Amino acid sequence: MTLLPDPASLVNEDRADGSIYNNALLYDMEMDRIFKRNWIWVAHRSDLPDPGSFITTFVGQHPVIVSRDRKGEVHVLLNRCRHRGATVCEHKSGKAASFVCPYHGWAYGQDGALRAVPQPKGYGDSLDKSKLPLVSLRVEDYNGMIFATFNADIMPLDEWLGPAKIWIDLFMKQGAGWPIKTMGEHKFTFPGNWKIQLENTTDAYHFPIVHKSFLDSVDNQTQNIFDFVEGDGFVEDLGNGHSVMVMIPELVDLEENLDAPIPERFQKLAEALSKDYPPEKVRQIVRAVGGSGFNLNLYPNVACSMAFFRVLRPLAVDETEIRHIAIGMDGGPEIANEVRLRLHEHFQGPLGFGTPDDSEAWDRVQRGALAGYNIDILLNRGLEHEAKRESGLLFSDVTAETGMRAAYRQWLTDMTCETAIEEAAQ
Amino acid sequence: MSITLADAIEFITLEADMLDYGQFKEWLSLYTPDGLYIVPIDPDADDYQKKLNYAYDNAEMRQNRVTRLLSGRAISAMPPAHTVRLLGRYRMLETDETKCIVRCAQMLTEMRQGRERYYSANVTFHLVKTDDGLKIDRKIICLLTSTEALTTVSYIL
Ligand code: FES
Ligand SMILES: [Fe+2]
Repeated sequence: MTLLPDPASLVNEDRADGSIYNNALLYDMEMDRIFKRNWIWVAHRSDLPDPGSFITTFVGQHPVIVSRDRKGEVHVLLNRCRHRGATVCEHKSGKAASFVCPYHGWAYGQDGALRAVPQPKGYGDSLDKSKLPLVSLRVEDYNGMIFATFNADIMPLDEWLGPAKIWIDLFMKQGAGWPIKTMGEHKFTFPGNWKIQLENTTDAYHFPIVHKSFLDSVDNQTQNIFDFVEGDGFVEDLGNGHSVMVMIPELVDLEENLDAPIPERFQKLAEALSKDYPPEKVRQIVRAVGGSGFNLNLYPNVACSMAFFRVLRPLAVDETEIRHIAIGMDGGPEIANEVRLRLHEHFQGPLGFGTPDDSEAWDRVQRGALAGYNIDILLNRGLEHEAKRESGLLFSDVTAETGMRAAYRQWLTDMTCETAIEEAAQ
Repeated sequence: MSITLADAIEFITLEADMLDYGQFKEWLSLYTPDGLYIVPIDPDADDYQKKLNYAYDNAEMRQNRVTRLLSGRAISAMPPAHTVRLLGRYRMLETDETKCIVRCAQMLTEMRQGRERYYSANVTFHLVKTDDGLKIDRKIICLLTSTEALTTVSYIL
């Protein structure tokens, strides 16, 4: 028997062993103890606009169908036929009255119930259809964010998100009064461990270094907005592995400061909007288009990141898929949504002016961390002046590694959880 | 006389050569002032402007993209990737005296930091005749894998 690594010996309060990025045994343990046992983000409400809408995605390594049934209820179903295991749906999204397995034709409803099988006589009386639905996961949602889990015993989503909920609400103000909708996504892989991306979402420290060439490409006013590392932003540990990094405090609540002057880069948009909307509404839309001033990291796989959703999926110990999902105003002015799309393309995605440089840095971490033995990854930035809010939540300056410490604290809790260990052993 | 396929191919090959040999500043002058460089996600979209793309570059963004590649300030392009691209399977879709639309295939190999990667694409050129020779009014690069996960591309397709 191979001896499993001991997670507790690899992660401390302010450091971690480099092997957390490249130990394949540890990776398998993470899939069981983290991705099987926590709430995993699967979709945004707008991905399933109508009864019968569905998307296919993953919970950890497990392919699932997220489907909205006739009554509007959302189901997360394992994409695995109960007969001999074929995936029943290979479309990325669509609308379906039922899911019919292509192999022998077993047909399932939008809620996963097994409706019919061809030539049932071959089973005599032995086939109890009610016992063979597509396996469904537990599903809960908050403000349009839909999560699923294999874990029947985990706390309700509401409690799991806790103080992160108010940040989700703030983030959704980018709808400028309209609901948020997803508007397409950039999807790419990088040859590195998923935790390198998880760390990066609350890493303001890298921004002026890695994103120099992005900053070169925007106007002075925008450069000043992004000059936040010495500003009065902060990182706050929200518990359960979640954290928020506020880079631009003025852009935390997009419905405040509505009388602030319209930034130069949005003048043209504001003029165009003025034809159809009163001045206050124009300001609200323009402010929403610019995006939020914070990154909210929801452990372990999704972030509300300034102006988009960032979703990670571990593919292997040294391979991770990232999606940058663009969002916009559902029913809002198309010209404003187009500006959002162009802003998204400017920084995000595999051809953007920001993402390739992030990806290069993560790639380097994966390769560099292979060098030597027993050398720590440091997570202690901002620890010295970390303090507690009245609420009891820890916070430190904007460039602090408080968010990473929050994530690794939860990582350790998950990885050393007795129930998870027993479950994995079975 | 309508623009001939031979003229179009000569021009398109020149563009490919400039990109593989890093002559990005010269490359900028191959476009019309309103020209667009588009790398769509959804190859079937009828209006790319209304959709999320990998790139939807007007003149300003093309200039920014080139500045970024040459600045030495983008770690993903420091050192830059080397590329070799081969275009073929040309077909003239429409042509007259002043403009034409040509479709072709592009196979590109990228080499960077010991890693070789490949991108195949269907490319459509909208070319216009100017006093200064042919110019690109639109170049649309539909990657074969556009709806799948890509790896990062810090060069010009
Ligand atoms: S595997 Fe699905 S019907 Fe046989
Ligand atoms: Fe970054």
